[in-house]
Amino acid sequence: MNDKFLLSISPHIYKKESTARIMWTVFLCLVPSGIAGIFIFGPRALWMIVACVAMAISTETIILALRHQRITITDGSAALTGLLLAYNLPSSLPIWMACIGSLFAIAIVKQAFGGLGKNIFNPALAGRAFLLIAWPKYMVSFSKPFIYSDSVTSATPLYLLKEGKAETIHQMGISYLDLFLGNRGGCIGEVCIALLLLGALFLLWRKIISWHIPFSFISTLGLLTWLWGGSQIGRADVLFSLLAGGVVLGAFFMATDYVTSPLTREGQLIFGFGCGLLTFVIRRWGGYPEGVSFAILMMNALAPLLDRFCRPRIYGHEKINKRI
Amino acid sequence: MAMKRLIKEFSKGIFRENPIFVIVLGLCPALAVSVSLENALGMGLAASFVLVFSNCLISGIRNIVPSRIRIPCFIVVIASFVTIVELLMAAFSPQLAKQLGIFVPLIVVNCIIMGRAEGFASKNSILPSLLDGLGMGLGFTIALSFIAIIRELLGSGKILGFMIFKAYPPATIMILPPGALLTLGMLIGLINLIKERNKR
Repeated sequence: MNDKFLLSISPHIYKKESTARIMWTVFLCLVPSGIAGIFIFGPRALWMIVACVAMAISTETIILALRHQRITITDGSAALTGLLLAYNLPSSLPIWMACIGSLFAIAIVKQAFGGLGKNIFNPALAGRAFLLIAWPKYMVSFSKPFIYSDSVTSATPLYLLKEGKAETIHQMGISYLDLFLGNRGGCIGEVCIALLLLGALFLLWRKIISWHIPFSFISTLGLLTWLWGGSQIGRADVLFSLLAGGVVLGAFFMATDYVTSPLTREGQLIFGFGCGLLTFVIRRWGGYPEGVSFAILMMNALAPLLDRFCRPRIYGHEKINKRI
Repeated sequence: MAMKRLIKEFSKGIFRENPIFVIVLGLCPALAVSVSLENALGMGLAASFVLVFSNCLISGIRNIVPSRIRIPCFIVVIASFVTIVELLMAAFSPQLAKQLGIFVPLIVVNCIIMGRAEGFASKNSILPSLLDGLGMGLGFTIALSFIAIIRELLGSGKILGFMIFKAYPPATIMILPPGALLTLGMLIGLINLIKERNKR
């Protein structure tokens, strides 16, 4: 992108789309869900978001300067990473921990691998995974909605299910509408499914994301939960499993990250399938109540392999033997 | 002239050819035991002891060992010294021996010791081999201590078991395997940066 003389093959179509435009559009699509999160968890959520975004942008600036690169913070990729990280954190987390997560995401996961477009893992999710392993105690205590206090905590629905404290949604004392609108304990940006879906629809309509990854992710997870999620085959609450965790945020906004997901449609379907499968396995048998972030990170590692596996036929050539 | 060369053989292991940061050998024990400074020092001293003595002995027998069976011979020599260290450690500091666990017997197959035996001691006389072993052992211990100080400080807020940060909730990740790899990677990056600067 820094080259003065761009040499590319035809067709030379000029399109307004640019990295900055795409990044800021995704950023804007995420804003409503964040506002809902602030409304649900109080002003503390706002400070978390501001701190994460500010830390991400300043870290990016400093490291690009140290690497003698052009400062490209206006392209919005760092701001988006900070925003997504904040959306994946509980609002009661100490602010300085969120800042360290942001620093880790940008400095180590993104810039140490060569900057925008060269990172293997989704920076925001890797930042979250870092915080989850570093300070597990702080990362799994969630504020109760609409109380606006750090000291009143409430377990997430998936935690209740995992620990066997409640089996059905009625025992948890919430309704599907609560889950859909975000009236539950959870991370700042994952709770309000309604506004997340609104943003996702806009992205789909503008063709910024394609349907392949979210579709195969969500349908795989739904199907597996329906089959083996409950005590008997076909008895599990599929709608609950899709609304209760971070699936919507993960499937539409994080698994679809251009850099860390496969390029071909075929590859994207397999990628989504893997995310769904791993999420289900972690939720059902793993140590954590929610597995979306780890599932996506693990599939991120496989994305380059999927790209090699699903190489499209070159026009005018025989179908190449698939060899890895 | 000879003196200058001997000093060089000793000092190269500390920074210029540091076994961990530059040659990048023997990482498995380095990553596994660098959880605390105490463990790192124990491991560093144990490995240095074996390194010095095995280097001397291998250098002494280098002309009578047929080259086709040299590796088994080296391993017998190294294993003897490791057994000495292991028994000494179990007798005089059983707690440290318990913490280091399997990694003390594993010094037998430590790449640094095999590497120095094959690459240096089997080609040089006893005095340079002794100094090479000392330097490499010291470099190994210093590298391990560096990693361990960072990990112990961030991962449990302590140094050598003494509490340093009281109000700081320790970041558990630093005393888990990912913390070891992160710390090592950052330190190697830093050292490469310093070397690059020095070159210019």
